[in-house]
Amino acid sequence: MGLSPRPESRLVETTSNEPWITTKLDAFVNWGRKNSLWPMPFGTACCAIEFMATAASKYDLARFGMERQAFSPRQADLLICAGRVPFKLAPVLRRIWQQMPQPKWCISMGACASTGGMFDNYAVVQGIDSIIPVDVYVPGCPPRPEGLLYGIMMLQKKVENERSSDKSLRNEMEPDPETQLYIPPSVIDEVSEPFGNSIHQTRSGL
Amino acid sequence: MTEVNNDGSFAPVVAGSALGVDAPAPVTPKNLPHRGGEPNPSVDAMRRQFGAAVRRVDVVWGETTVVIDPARVHDVIRWLHDNPLERYDYLSDITAVEFRDLEQPLELVWHLRSLPYRRFLRVKALIARGAPLEVPTVWDIYKGADWLERECYDMFGIRFIGHPDLRRLLMWEQYAEGFPLRKDFPLRGRFSRSEQLRQALAANPEARYSKDELSIAEAFEDLPADMRRRLTTGERTGE
Repeated sequence: MGLSPRPESRLVETTSNEPWITTKLDAFVNWGRKNSLWPMPFGTACCAIEFMATAASKYDLARFGMERQAFSPRQADLLICAGRVPFKLAPVLRRIWQQMPQPKWCISMGACASTGGMFDNYAVVQGIDSIIPVDVYVPGCPPRPEGLLYGIMMLQKKVENERSSDKSLRNEMEPDPETQLYIPPSVIDEVSEPFGNSIHQTRSGL
Repeated sequence: MTEVNNDGSFAPVVAGSALGVDAPAPVTPKNLPHRGGEPNPSVDAMRRQFGAAVRRVDVVWGETTVVIDPARVHDVIRWLHDNPLERYDYLSDITAVEFRDLEQPLELVWHLRSLPYRRFLRVKALIARGAPLEVPTVWDIYKGADWLERECYDMFGIRFIGHPDLRRLLMWEQYAEGFPLRKDFPLRGRFSRSEQLRQALAANPEARYSKDELSIAEAFEDLPADMRRRLTTGERTGE
């Protein structure tokens, strides 16, 4: 504010005594966006139960402008992936993400969606960020509703600070046509190395 | 539960109806011995009918397990289902057990329940190490065996001879890493994480349906034209 020249009087007709203010377009658009996020729950496990508690009357997600839950990706802004994602579901989750129109954001809710959690096995994706881009990770197993609300408020701050001059924000990420991955395969292998107790479970002993 | 009458109508099966009107009300048994309790009364009849095909009978916590000759599985289960004095009309589960012990055979397990007689029977067949993993299907006796046998095939690689549509059930059809519940299967699978992800993402989510599936076959005419074409030509993207 203050950098743009004061509008000429012929641009803004002030015949009445109604008050008016000036603001940045970014601030105005982001204010609107962050207070009217339409979430789409992608619930696969117990995290979805906590999501339902968050959306219900006690925690009341509607206070944050999420009155309308979208159960179709085409009318959604925010994908909340709540629960573990098996490999069989990976192409489904990616297609749902690709069906969402820009601008769109993603929250990975809980340990399983973020890292695979305790399911370090043959069937579960080790973090949905290897399939789709993620904005906010909410830790917990499952996270309490307060945790999810905190993650949503973090996302709202992120939305608030977006700049429309940054065109790359709205670029659709295209996966590598050969491997269908966003991240180089070596990086995926490196970050999904076993840790903790699970290093003893790699081989079955036979 | 229902059973089909001669004229094609369905009649409800009342639990305990074969026990007679003056049978005592069922109670939860108490103070059961760990091993060697009262065996299921079907066991004596099975011994009379099948002789040496009944190899062993265990009673653990009041539940009877009958180990039978794998070659007679279909006969025994057919008899248990059809005999008016047994009437095992409900198949709870089909599963398998593999042990880490390299000598111990792989066990196949059928959980049968007789609602009219209020009986539960566990039938097992042992498959020796090195023998082909094959048993006859019981799909022609219990239609509910369809998915149970598919799951067992998916997880253990056991082929149910005579099953009409023996495909993977839980893992996708293009899954190439083997049979996850076998003891020689590494917990994380055989491929690297990136390779697993690549193969999973290369699959078309809609390609998992086949025209042979009953639910698809019934709704076939209502499907979109492109899906009908793909199902008719057997096209499977991602395979």
